[in-house]
Amino acid sequence: MSSRKLLLLDPHDNVLVAIQALRAGDVLDVGGQSVTVPAPLALGHKIAARPILAGEKILKYRVAIGSATRDIAAGEHVHLHNMKSDYIQTYTLESGQTFSTRNDHH
Amino acid sequence: MIITDHAYLRADGRKGIRNHIVVAYLVECAHHVAREIVYPYRERGVHLIGFGGCYPNDYAARMMRSLCTHPNVGGVILLSLGCESFNRASLRDAIAASGRPVETLVIQQKGGTRKTIEEGRRLMETMLATVAQVPRAPLRMDEFIVGTVCGGSDATSGITANPGIGRAFDRLVEQKAACIFEETGELIGCEDIMTARAATPELAGILRASVEKAARYYSVLGHGSFAPGNAEGGLTTIEEKSMGAYAKSGASPISGLLKPGDNPPRGGLYLLDVVPDGEVRFGFPNINDNAEIAELIACGSHVVLFSTGRGSVVGSAISPVIKVCANPETFRRMSEDMDVDAGKILEGRASLDEVGQEILDLALNVARGEPTRSEALGHQEFVLTYKSFEPIGPSCLPGA
Repeated sequence: MSSRKLLLLDPHDNVLVAIQALRAGDVLDVGGQSVTVPAPLALGHKIAARPILAGEKILKYRVAIGSATRDIAAGEHVHLHNMKSDYIQTYTLESGQTFSTRNDHH
Repeated sequence: MIITDHAYLRADGRKGIRNHIVVAYLVECAHHVAREIVYPYRERGVHLIGFGGCYPNDYAARMMRSLCTHPNVGGVILLSLGCESFNRASLRDAIAASGRPVETLVIQQKGGTRKTIEEGRRLMETMLATVAQVPRAPLRMDEFIVGTVCGGSDATSGITANPGIGRAFDRLVEQKAACIFEETGELIGCEDIMTARAATPELAGILRASVEKAARYYSVLGHGSFAPGNAEGGLTTIEEKSMGAYAKSGASPISGLLKPGDNPPRGGLYLLDVVPDGEVRFGFPNINDNAEIAELIACGSHVVLFSTGRGSVVGSAISPVIKVCANPETFRRMSEDMDVDAGKILEGRASLDEVGQEILDLALNVARGEPTRSEALGHQEFVLTYKSFEPIGPSCLPGA
């Protein structure tokens, strides 16, 4: 299932890693299914190798790296919008800005 | 195996791969004077370190002692304002006991900024001549200590540079060198697979407890060791970043757990616990990558292997930093700052084993005197803040 553009790090994983930047419209072979990339994806980002249900563990390197927060279709970008840590929430500039905006209103 | 016949033999028997003089300020108030003393000598192996706080702290005292008596350091000038709490006499005594030349300048006693700078530069001329006379000796592989850290990670780090460093670590450990990996906050999620590699069941429990401590600590702080650039680079959670970071440790058995200032007792692979003990205080444990590098050096690291995906430029005072670039796009943009192009694995231009060998060969050449990119560019970053640790117990170093 690994191709020149996608890397499956372990056969048990349910995500693939982009090993080069993907363009919108690129057609990828994901688990024997043809998937069209909807938006540009930077090197290193993950896409679902198969459909993943909300609450299911995301497996990379054969290890759970968090859980899906909603159903994810095969080929979909897997990131902050549809998965979360099982340990500590991820701090991003976006969430930081939301926090300061909220403070500004007080 | 002998790495080089020309290591610098210190009076305490330790062997360095660089022959630096350290100027150390003992409170921020002495920082400017210390920097001015260093400035004309900054390309002649004179490095600036220091502790900014005015109030006593055992961790800072131990770090300063470990750094000032590091094998890469041949002599030390201490810079005190005069009224700070740092115990300058105790630090001076420890340096003198190691056989290194040491001078103390107290700005309030010398009569101010200008007079202290002049006196410091006079002392520097003498110390440079003294340190140049240090005897040379062979450095064997079983005396070599290598640390590793990652900074500015992205999702390529855990696929190329980190496992590449892991391969280099495996070969170093096979040849009885000591290798140190760290940042227990970036091992959250790896507890099970990591503890399975511990030399003893007691050590396995200690390794697990160190990661659980980190998870508690970061939970109280409200966020993990995860910067916004990590997410832009495709990493989503701390567990995912951890798995990438963990790959730097390679596959050798884990021989022990160290805390900042502890030196590995013999060859093998060691985890450095960098998260403070006790209740959460003093804020974020590792405020930036250089805080971690300083701790690896305080554990005796001759060289530090630094993996980066987004593109870090830092080096360090005291020990050379080898930059291993994980991301081929970053490498093309910042190649002058990078020592190894590990991202070529993604483009089919090298295998993981080949990159591991390249990192190992470079580490040995740097030990023989070859400058790293950050050394050549003049990088000498250093930072030291407040922390507190309990001493390690005997189960942390089984068989020591």
